Amino acid sequence: MSRFKDAGHLFRFAFLFVVAFAVFLVVRHFVVPRSFGEYGHYRGAAIGEIAAHPIHFAGHQACEACHADIADTKKAGKHATVNCEACHGPLANHAADPSIQPAKLDTAVLCIRCHAASAAKPKDFPQVDAEQHSSGVACETCHQPHSPAIQAGGAK
Amino acid sequence: MKIDRRHFLVMLPAAAIAWKYLLAGTPEASPNYTMTDHWWSMLIDIPKCIGCGNCVRACAVENDVPDGHFRTWVERYLVTDWHMENPEVVSPDGGKEGFSAAPAEENGKYFFVPKLCNHCADSPCTQVCPVGATFIAPDGVVLVDQTYCLGCAYCVQACPYGCRYIHPEKRVADKCTLCYHRITKGLKPACVENCPTGARQLVDLKDPYDPIHAFLKTHYVQVLKPQMATGAKVFYNEMDGSVR
Repeated sequence: MSRFKDAGHLFRFAFLFVVAFAVFLVVRHFVVPRSFGEYGHYRGAAIGEIAAHPIHFAGHQACEACHADIADTKKAGKHATVNCEACHGPLANHAADPSIQPAKLDTAVLCIRCHAASAAKPKDFPQVDAEQHSSGVACETCHQPHSPAIQAGGAK
Repeated sequence: MKIDRRHFLVMLPAAAIAWKYLLAGTPEASPNYTMTDHWWSMLIDIPKCIGCGNCVRACAVENDVPDGHFRTWVERYLVTDWHMENPEVVSPDGGKEGFSAAPAEENGKYFFVPKLCNHCADSPCTQVCPVGATFIAPDGVVLVDQTYCLGCAYCVQACPYGCRYIHPEKRVADKCTLCYHRITKGLKPACVENCPTGARQLVDLKDPYDPIHAFLKTHYVQVLKPQMATGAKVFYNEMDGSVR
């Protein structure tokens, strides 16, 4: 017993330690987000939050649901692999509400974006020098964008 | 209601399970999507890329990427003769408005290299985050929890591919999410959806029917900087050794 005669300060210290640990546990409970550690050292709910962001491009399946005729024309032509919104732009709002009209397109800008001649482009990709090729005549005069090969009687 | 000790002990495990569910937080936004069924990545077919910049523009629109910053960008390489170590690389505004016509080069070769986050399986960017704000999701996509990020930019420095930036308004790390909000809904990422030549393909390595498996068996494919051992998952078909 004599050994613990003056041990009061040790018990006080141990008591303070226990209190501090309890405070730590309480603070941690409120500070650490609930889903932290669900899958790893991060907030698990963040995954769902990122997945919930709104989309801007509807995806070609959404377009084809209504515009099946154009999808068929396109599938038969050279532009089969070019998805709708690659030229028409982001139209998720139009897909959700068809009364919202998409903006008119300018073939003078759009066609040349891909088809302008450049030595850097793959050799087998069809390229034109717009000035030489049509000297200002609009592309869709001869080429129908959904099926660009020149048809007898010009573009429909 | 009077609870004796026996009932209290019986209730204890049930209460613990209920508490665990309470702590789990909000459920996923996409109900039909199971994270553990996927291991996402991307295939980039370099000979198909024409440098039109459609991917960069689509990405900027889909993800509200601020001007001058890029989640994906396109580089044009010019390698003359045998000067593999000194390629001429240009990327005007990340290739957002495409590239001006290149002069014919008799003595070299041109090609375009689209770049994006490699969604590394052993990513250095997630390892350096001091607060657990960036992580590899169970489906293999490297994401940033922007409500938790401090904006210390450790991860920006750690990425060997330069794929991260600090968002100028939010002051937090931002990067390619592989359009996580799209792929969890069954859509393609904006860059893949809008690539006119199919140079970019979304890949699910856990899907046994994904065409990537046949492609990898029959093509010579690389990842960027394999010497970094980051487990990069963006595969480049027919990539020249000069690409950094």
